[in-house]
Amino acid sequence: MTPATPAPMTDISHRQAHASEQPPVPAIAETQTRADQWIICEHCDSVYEAMPLNKGAAAYCLRCAAILRRSHRLSIEQLLALSIAACVLFIFANVFPVISISMQGLHNEVTLWGSVQALAQGQITLIALVAGLAIILAPALQIALLFWVLAHAHRGEIAPGFKMCMRTLEHLRPWSMLEVCLLGILVAIVKLAGMLDVHAGVGLWAMAMLMVLIVLIAGKDIRRLWDELGVGPE
Amino acid sequence: MNGIPCAREYKVTLCHVCSYVCPDDAHECPRCDSPVHRRKPNSLTRTWAFLIAGLIFYIPANLLPVMYTTMLGSSSENTIMSGVIEFAEGGSWDIAILIFIASVVVPCIKFLVLGLLLVTCQRRSTWAMRERSRLFRFIELIGYWSMLDVLVVALVAALVQFRGLSTIEPRLGILFFGLVVVMTMLAAMTFDPRLIWDAEVEDVR
Ligand SMILES: [Zn+2]
Ligand SMILES: [Zn+2]
Repeated sequence: MTPATPAPMTDISHRQAHASEQPPVPAIAETQTRADQWIICEHCDSVYEAMPLNKGAAAYCLRCAAILRRSHRLSIEQLLALSIAACVLFIFANVFPVISISMQGLHNEVTLWGSVQALAQGQITLIALVAGLAIILAPALQIALLFWVLAHAHRGEIAPGFKMCMRTLEHLRPWSMLEVCLLGILVAIVKLAGMLDVHAGVGLWAMAMLMVLIVLIAGKDIRRLWDELGVGPE
Repeated sequence: MNGIPCAREYKVTLCHVCSYVCPDDAHECPRCDSPVHRRKPNSLTRTWAFLIAGLIFYIPANLLPVMYTTMLGSSSENTIMSGVIEFAEGGSWDIAILIFIASVVVPCIKFLVLGLLLVTCQRRSTWAMRERSRLFRFIELIGYWSMLDVLVVALVAALVQFRGLSTIEPRLGILFFGLVVVMTMLAAMTFDPRLIWDAEVEDVR
């Protein structure tokens, strides 16, 4: 058995990588050094040999059709710049109200934190913790940790606590729900528009832009730092 | 087997946190120090546990009210379904369908798909493995959108606080609904999709 080779993909619509010519069977001693160039599919455990990808290309697993790897769209500097922008937008999204309403001369507005607090009453406080994690804490930590590791990576350094930062980023990713929050804000606006005057706040626009940035910077792609900074086993 | 080798044949294991190719016998990833396992430990049992917990919470989530509204003296309690129906009757079909998909269709699809994956993996079925892999990635992707209703209730309850005129308060149902989302997310995380493909090879683990 030899590792198959994910061919570089230029045509995304063509949904599979092709196993091209088979490299020779590695000797046992060679195995661990060669393993650095292997990609293992996390969905089916197939082993492939990594090959350089063209810009905008992706390699797919031949067996289960999962994405094995994508080429990097952004450079470290661009990622760092986006994470600084995300930091500013995050502050805006949290300081300014996302929705304001008025009714018979009365006026009220809500921030993200205010909406989490509204859930924190009596028996249902637990869900306020989940919501707080999903829309405030997880994104805040993601942005802070990304800024920390990227700012050092930009200078070619490995940030202090790099391993812990990278592990935390991996574990936070599924719990960060800004996209859902944005849709929730839009639904709430439509819901209330029927009975009172509703206005979108500055926070909403910041949220919308922040969501795009988080999608760009906080994906699995950040794992490339392990290789690019040459962080290896001790 | 179609000529694509398994990690097992090379005595390596993937680290799920940093994608490092670890030696087979490692308990910790040499690169990022996370625990590594050839297969997630007790994947099927734990996924069943989270799935059943989710199903149990789903009952009160639908029966109990999620929101309590007072509007100019009159008050009403809404469950998730009655909220959807109210939207539909009020003419906002788009929002009704959106909330219906996020709070009813998505959790039900997750229950069904996870149940199907668990049963077929326990039977070591080789039926439609590629499609089952796709299904798993699909529910991983859509899972957290169910949080929509929780966040809408939070926003609306925080906004509509005009004493004497109109107030909206969250109710116990929303807690159970949030727990359903968390349980199904945990179920999807503890399920090991590689088990789908283990049916192809003998003597797994
Ligand atoms: Zn695969
Ligand atoms: Zn690792």
